[in-house]
Amino acid sequence: MTQAAVAPPEPPREQPRRDGEPRRPSSGSRWRRGLIALAFLAPALVMLGALVVYPMIYTIIRSLYDRTGDRFIGWENYVTMFTSDSTFTAIRNNIIWVLVAPIACTVLGLIFAVLLDKIRWSYAFKLIVFMPMAISMLAAGVIFRGMFQENPNLGVVNASLVAVNSVFSDDAAYPGARPREDQGIVADRGLVASEGEVATGSTQNFPLVGIRQTDLPPETGNAQEAQTPGNDEISGTVWLDVVPGGGGVDGELGDGKKGLPNIKVDAVAADGTIAASAETDADGRYTLSGLDPGSYRVALPASNFDEGYKGVSWLSASFITGVIILSYIWIWAGFAMVMISSGLSAMDRSLQEAARIDGASEWKVFTRITAPLLAPVLIVVFVTLIINVLKIFDLVYVIPPGASKPAANVIAVEMWTVSFGGGNDQGLGSALVVLLLVLVLPFMIINVRRFKQEREQ
Amino acid sequence: MTVSDLTVVRRKRTPAERVLAFFGRGIVNVLLIIVAVFWLVPTVGLFISSLRPIGESTSSGWWTVFTAPAQLTLENYANLLSNPTITGSFWNTVVITVPVTVAVVVIGALAGYAFAWMDFPGRDWLLIAIIVLLAVPLQVGLIPIARMFGAIGIFGSIIGVILYHIAFGLPFAVFLLRNFFTQIPGELLEAARIDGASEFRIFTRIVLPLGGPAIASLAIFQFLWTWNDMLVALIFSNSESQPLTVAIQSQLRQFGANIDVLSSGAFLSMLVPLVVFFAFQRYFVQALLAGSQK
Repeated sequence: MTQAAVAPPEPPREQPRRDGEPRRPSSGSRWRRGLIALAFLAPALVMLGALVVYPMIYTIIRSLYDRTGDRFIGWENYVTMFTSDSTFTAIRNNIIWVLVAPIACTVLGLIFAVLLDKIRWSYAFKLIVFMPMAISMLAAGVIFRGMFQENPNLGVVNASLVAVNSVFSDDAAYPGARPREDQGIVADRGLVASEGEVATGSTQNFPLVGIRQTDLPPETGNAQEAQTPGNDEISGTVWLDVVPGGGGVDGELGDGKKGLPNIKVDAVAADGTIAASAETDADGRYTLSGLDPGSYRVALPASNFDEGYKGVSWLSASFITGVIILSYIWIWAGFAMVMISSGLSAMDRSLQEAARIDGASEWKVFTRITAPLLAPVLIVVFVTLIINVLKIFDLVYVIPPGASKPAANVIAVEMWTVSFGGGNDQGLGSALVVLLLVLVLPFMIINVRRFKQEREQ
Repeated sequence: MTVSDLTVVRRKRTPAERVLAFFGRGIVNVLLIIVAVFWLVPTVGLFISSLRPIGESTSSGWWTVFTAPAQLTLENYANLLSNPTITGSFWNTVVITVPVTVAVVVIGALAGYAFAWMDFPGRDWLLIAIIVLLAVPLQVGLIPIARMFGAIGIFGSIIGVILYHIAFGLPFAVFLLRNFFTQIPGELLEAARIDGASEFRIFTRIVLPLGGPAIASLAIFQFLWTWNDMLVALIFSNSESQPLTVAIQSQLRQFGANIDVLSSGAFLSMLVPLVVFFAFQRYFVQALLAGSQK
């Protein structure tokens, strides 16, 4: 009994009316029944009338008056709405939202729902993906704003990007380093090189400054004098030419100066080709070996001193809407998945089985049978999401930092800003609400139509 | 069931197909595990962040706990719970959410029953009006109701926030319960009517008990909806009556510097919804299904 009362996926069937006219012909009781019905309906009708229907009408009229509501100005608010920059951005962003978010959620939901059939832990998966539906958009906003912070030490997304990037490219360990002056080395377009050419069998040292002691890698040792080079070698030391706490002689080793490990050193021949490369050890020493006797320019290539990859400024004006839409998908893909998956499980699978026996491929079975049967559910999900996306507020209010708020603007946030958040122009605010209503209108009609169709069945 | 008959008939799969199916399942499993991790990371990240002292949070990411778990502390929560603004707003959230849920369920059930089982002039048109109202954006009421509540002196009070939520929760409630109630077997109601039971008696003795699961679904849904609201409270509450969401959002201006309050506050605000969700998610799903399927 109770089961029957709560067996959704299947749309509830219309029971034949037992209280219809044929059984109750007396017309006196018609009035009485009307009154009783009214008593049941009254609380809902009063609330809806006073706080939903009346405000709707009021808003439409209010949109034709100026900011204080004293002066009738006709269409002026609507003209402002489509000509002011911030409202225009808001409308444009809303269009992006409506085009991207519902489709992305529905497609992801569909993929998850279909794949769920093939795993044993589908219940756990559903719970995980559906869970964000339970939490507030404020909390989701705080989460996503934190995740997409620009600083790769704080935001997990940029941290991951930097980590992945450093696997594929050499890590630049010493951004900002520069040569100590008057020590026979120069900075040249990002790299640091010997002033003149260095003959094989001799030494070239690189005292550098501009690096913080705290940025040195943990294995760093005190800088050591390089080994005496052989005839086909050039050797030397790269070190941080600063003594912690002060002291020491510029350009000379000792006094606890630190070597710079893992710096790449190239021997560049006269024709510009690289004749040999080496990397400094923990004490900053390097040896370029296997050189043809002669003179070379010794250079520390620019890759040692690059700023390095720092990730993407996700919360900047160019990416902010994408990030917010992503957070929306994180919340609502679960909704689409749950709806579609219950549509799938309510489906009679015999058609699919029959097609498989006839040798149809899985893809064909899906596109020709499953998807068309799912269409009604997909439409419900899609329409629900569109209605929801049109009035999106919380996420857009919470996620963007001040600087990119204008770029992230949507209609509902603009409406709040102009009428409550400082703008104080409730005429324009009302016009924006009317715009929202007009945008929702087609989907109201779709809902009513669907309802009528289902009732006729 | 026909399926079992058909499996007998189904032709045997070749070894090649079986190998393909095995790897296919493996790929699906790996893929969904990756998706699940992606879906979990945000929440886990927030939770860990809420357990890190502000000094750590401003200099390193939450994932460093995996190498340095010593940094974990309940300090943020202790600060949060000793902050009267936060505890007061938490209480306000409860005081707003509970009455809204009860009122929406009661008023919605009364109207839902009338729509499902009573015959009165204009019923179909009223029902269609309800379906239209279902899609009306919440924002429609903001300006006029702010004015109205200002005039009667409840702007900024908890009662104003409650009334707003009740009104905008009703279309869904009426629609949902009406759909559920139409599934109650008509014979039961008819028998009671023939026995001379009043409509109110039928409602309380038959419809409400039988509709229990439906009412639970609606209650969960409305509870979460109201608990999580920020927009209505942002406008209709003041610093005395603000719920937790509004209290937390006021810290957003200095995101980095307030990350201790924000992360623990956001997690505190999620705690009740998460408990409700995991305890009653079946009902929550039913509310969504029934509410939009018909």
